[in-house]
Amino acid sequence: MRYSGFRVFAQGLTGNRGWRPAWRKPAPRDAYDVVIIGGGGHGLATAWYLAKNHGITNVAVLEKGYLGSGNIGRNTTIVRANYFLPGNSEFYSHSLKLWEGLERALNYNVMHSRRGLINLFHSDAQRDAFARRGNAMLAQGDDAVLLNRADVRRMLPYLDFEQARFPIHGGLYHPRGGTARHDAVAWGYARAADRRGVDLIENCEVTGIDVENGRVTGVQTSRGPIRARQVALVAAGRSSQVAAMAGMRLPIESHVLQAFVTEGLKPVIDHVISFGMGHFYISQSDKGGLVFGGDLDFHASYGARGNLPMAEHVMEAGMTLMPMIGRARVLRSWGGIMDMSPDGSPIIDRTHIDGLFVNCGWNYGGFKAVPASGWCLAHLVATGQPHPVAARFRLDRFATGHLLDEEGTGSQHNLH
Amino acid sequence: MRISCPCCGPRDRREFTYLGAAAYLDRPDPDAPAPEWDAYLHLRDNPAGRTRDLWYHDACGSWIVVTRDTVTHAVLAAEALA
Ligand SMILES: Cc1cc2nc3c(=O)[nH]c(=O)nc-3n(C[C@H](O)[C@H](O)[C@H](O)COP(=O)(O)OP(=O)(O)OC[C@H]3O[C@@H](n4cnc5c(N)ncnc54)[C@H](O)[C@@H]3O)c2cc1C
Ligand SMILES: [Zn+2]
Repeated sequence: MRYSGFRVFAQGLTGNRGWRPAWRKPAPRDAYDVVIIGGGGHGLATAWYLAKNHGITNVAVLEKGYLGSGNIGRNTTIVRANYFLPGNSEFYSHSLKLWEGLERALNYNVMHSRRGLINLFHSDAQRDAFARRGNAMLAQGDDAVLLNRADVRRMLPYLDFEQARFPIHGGLYHPRGGTARHDAVAWGYARAADRRGVDLIENCEVTGIDVENGRVTGVQTSRGPIRARQVALVAAGRSSQVAAMAGMRLPIESHVLQAFVTEGLKPVIDHVISFGMGHFYISQSDKGGLVFGGDLDFHASYGARGNLPMAEHVMEAGMTLMPMIGRARVLRSWGGIMDMSPDGSPIIDRTHIDGLFVNCGWNYGGFKAVPASGWCLAHLVATGQPHPVAARFRLDRFATGHLLDEEGTGSQHNLH
Repeated sequence: MRISCPCCGPRDRREFTYLGAAAYLDRPDPDAPAPEWDAYLHLRDNPAGRTRDLWYHDACGSWIVVTRDTVTHAVLAAEALA
């Protein structure tokens, strides 16, 4: 069923009785051309681009829970293309362009909103670093505007401009940055892939990967064995466990990242804002909740809830930057398990096992990457060649020293 | 989370800094082949469950090997690193 304004209107007049489930619930078949392990944003996007760009539709996405139960439904929904390093810059630029046409491509409202992103800076050195980043963004063909203190004050009058400890000197404004509704992204890709014939199989946990003579032949699952010519590991925070089924050790350590949301309020925060002096960033959802977060809990963890010290730290940073939010009550907090790589950048590559591909290492920036990641992994699986914008996301770059350390914080998993 | 510092007793997690997996203790020989160094610096078992990792107690300066569960966050043991 195609969605349209007319359809909504007609259904409204007829009691909304004509809506159908957005995707089928097929039983797994014995064999597929491609099996994708993980029904998060990246797995679902990969399935859709395999079908749409390459005509490969004999594909299954195997998800151990329900679609969208992982990080795709847990993130703070920021979409941006403000990267600096060659390798990252062209990839995220490509992704933002795909976001801008995504709703039409999927025939699904993902509520992509280019509300603008402002990264605040608080010292001369930070201003220099942001000016340089802004120039890199412009050179990539994206948009960036360096704001001075008066500009920021005009746009964000509610920040605390009077304090001496972290004075606001200005901000780097990325007008095309913004947010999207995270669940809708999963549902939109799922529905579009299903319509092209991809089987989305929920409650199907992969428990083994079959390899014969150096070639992948299929997977073992909680719903029986499934043969496949090609298998892609797209399991985000659980990548290490899935890779271990193929005897691989990945350069990944899993960490928990928390997020928080307040009760619904009238519109007050129009942009996405990040504080340059503490771990804090914020936006307001269309429902009115203030959605905010900070940094990792900083120790390896699979506890998708988080600990109080970081909750306390995030609240403190928020109060420092915009004291007005002290009046809002926090409704919920949660955590998601991040696949942290040693340089903070992702991996989209083949492995030493023929037909086995890996997509992981998204750290806490993998939501905005969903369209380009799916696009590039589909390209790699279909053609055997890395897509030019993802060519540096190699699995062997740690061994060869070609790191992509965007933040320049060093080769340690929890420092990005 | 609370960690029992061998020097100071049970203390709040806020007093500690995490470094990474205890695999950091098995430093290869300086002339070891490159793949060994790659594994040491980058590759991790990353278990969901019992793990051993390295923590620094900011208060007293002790390095500690902590045995804990990455799913429940239970701390099972903490030994000083000689
Ligand atoms: C609090 C928080 C805030 C974030 N904020 C942002 C942000 O603002 N902007 C941004 O760009 N990114 C953000 N991220 C990061 C982003 O959400 C992730 O990088 C991205 O969602 C990961 O890719 P995914 O969607 O494919 O992961 P997931 O949705 O986690 O998908 C992986 C799937 O694999 C499944 N799986 C695992 N093991 C198996 C198995 N054995 N068999 C079958 N299935 C399996 C899991 O159940 C899961 O559904 C944030 C993350 C968190 C937690
Ligand atoms: Zn101590």
